[in-house]
Amino acid sequence: MTSIVRHPQNFWIGIIFIFFGLAAVYFGLEHEMGTAGRMGPSYFPSVLGGLLALVGLANLIRSFIGHGESIGKFHVKNIVIILSAVLLFGVLMRNAGLAAAVFVLVMLSSYASPKFRLPGALLLATGLSLFAIVIFVKLLGLPMPVIGPWLSMD
Amino acid sequence: MEIFANLGLGLETAFTLTNLFYCLVGVFVGTAVGVLPGLGPIATIAMLLPATFGLPPISALIMLSGIYYGAQYGGSTTAILVNLPGESSSVVTALDGYQMARQGNAGKALATAALSSFFAGTVATVLLALFAPPLAELALKFGPAEYFSLMVLGLVASVVLASGSLLNAIGMVLLGLLLGLVGTDVNSGAQRYTFELPELADGINFVIVAMGMFGIGEIIRNLEHDEDRSLLMKKVKGLMLTKDDFKRIIAPVFRGTVLGSALGILPGGGAMLASFAAYSVEKKVSPNSKNFGKGAIEGVAAPEAANNAGAQTSFIPMLTLGIPSNPVMALMIGAMIIQGIQPGPAVMTEQPALFWGLIVSMWFGNLFLVVLNLPMIGLWVKMIMVPYHRLYPAILMFCAIGVFSLNNNEFDVYLMALFGLFGYICAKLGAEPAPMLLGYIIGPMMEEYLRRALLLSQSDPTVFVTRPISAVMLGLAVLALAIVMLPSLRKKREEAFHEED
Repeated sequence: MTSIVRHPQNFWIGIIFIFFGLAAVYFGLEHEMGTAGRMGPSYFPSVLGGLLALVGLANLIRSFIGHGESIGKFHVKNIVIILSAVLLFGVLMRNAGLAAAVFVLVMLSSYASPKFRLPGALLLATGLSLFAIVIFVKLLGLPMPVIGPWLSMD
Repeated sequence: MEIFANLGLGLETAFTLTNLFYCLVGVFVGTAVGVLPGLGPIATIAMLLPATFGLPPISALIMLSGIYYGAQYGGSTTAILVNLPGESSSVVTALDGYQMARQGNAGKALATAALSSFFAGTVATVLLALFAPPLAELALKFGPAEYFSLMVLGLVASVVLASGSLLNAIGMVLLGLLLGLVGTDVNSGAQRYTFELPELADGINFVIVAMGMFGIGEIIRNLEHDEDRSLLMKKVKGLMLTKDDFKRIIAPVFRGTVLGSALGILPGGGAMLASFAAYSVEKKVSPNSKNFGKGAIEGVAAPEAANNAGAQTSFIPMLTLGIPSNPVMALMIGAMIIQGIQPGPAVMTEQPALFWGLIVSMWFGNLFLVVLNLPMIGLWVKMIMVPYHRLYPAILMFCAIGVFSLNNNEFDVYLMALFGLFGYICAKLGAEPAPMLLGYIIGPMMEEYLRRALLLSQSDPTVFVTRPISAVMLGLAVLALAIVMLPSLRKKREEAFHEED
């Protein structure tokens, strides 16, 4: 951003609020508004959305006055690793089963730490997979496949 | 005396082998949560919620509340031994507690913390028993207008007391309110903001929001400064307090308890505010004030009493009015709803055993905590040393399995990842996620009461100011907002929150 924005945190949170506020109003339009006495499904969310957009606008204006901290660095690598570990868990859970899903989740997410060492991570991943099977499937009886269709022999 | 009959009923409920067991599990897990780095009570309660679905409601609530107040105890252990508060409410305990530990008085500091907390917890439990019934009675007179105004007051208070920018907190509350409306509108059957996804028809489960923002988002944030905790000493000795020590802490503990109990009831207040306020007050009135920050035992006693008292009394608005005063109470309300209990004043009359059982269990929990924290301190010392890079993959695993098990559906897992990203971005932009979770729980209730109030008044909006109780609450809300916006106070507020970082 250029130097007109003196408070980048306020600027971006303002944009986010305006976006969600206007989206709430826009997507609320597909339903009936109603009146204050007989509110339709879109009455309350539209009011909230409008207020949110106003708060966002105030933040935006504020970001041009005074000065503020700059936004801390986004650690993109960590975000990508942690989020893909979680997403992969979702994919693997149904198809490959709990054991594989936990193993991959732990291995991949461990990699985000600067202290990652392969032997330690392998041990942790194996241990937590066994722990999850014993606690969640055997003891708590949650209906989850331990081994999913991708990994079963037949 | 009705209160004794009630407490008797509570004792009957709480003093069963099953419920004592879940109470013990709750405070044990809670202490662990307080001790372990980077794991807060909000994420933990959210993670463990799915595991409690199969339990009887009372056992589930006893365990979950044990986690909450147990975390206050564990947080003080790390504050004293490693100068790293495990919980935000233990920040001020670290100031004098760690100094005491450095002077070789770690045992004394830990004992002070545990005994102060136990005393405060006992008093707050009695207060809870005394004040809940009249409040619930008052609440039964509430109409929809009063409820709506009360929620406005609660949300405003949470905004005022949130750290950081006021505007951001307001925005996060509004965003939370909106998110809470996703799903099928009960009045018309319209599908709002579902984008024709069947998974969103019932709304977004609050566990997903809580785990995403407070679990996943926190982990990504913590990874930026993954640090080692070096422990001051391996063996903690000298847990006994002398007669002189008792004399010195008795008044601070008493003041801390009173202050903490009062601040805990406030919406948006709770344990963190209580401990902070108690420390400042003690520093002003104590004859030993020049030693504060250099290992004053009073500086440990007062905030520890206050944060535990505040943790207990913050149950009052949740149990009597059905309104959460902080995100943990919001989760408790969610837990009750899942168990088929509609939180509010009717709980006390319709489920007296549950209500009083929960209150009495808190006293047992506090007793367990003294035992867990003094003789078993060695165990927690070992736990403090668990490095974060071993811990966070396990937290992620609990989050992922917990969310998947809600509906046996991977969609929820993807949604949690999305909230994790959003929580991280908000934190980077200086917007706290806590007000959003409060708004999220309150959103649907608020809309319902607004609708009903305006339907009954034939769309006359003055109903909110012509009914006295409602008018008083809205007045308080406006007053609270006006006060924080005063320039001089705003500066003070910023300083107060700054000191905590």
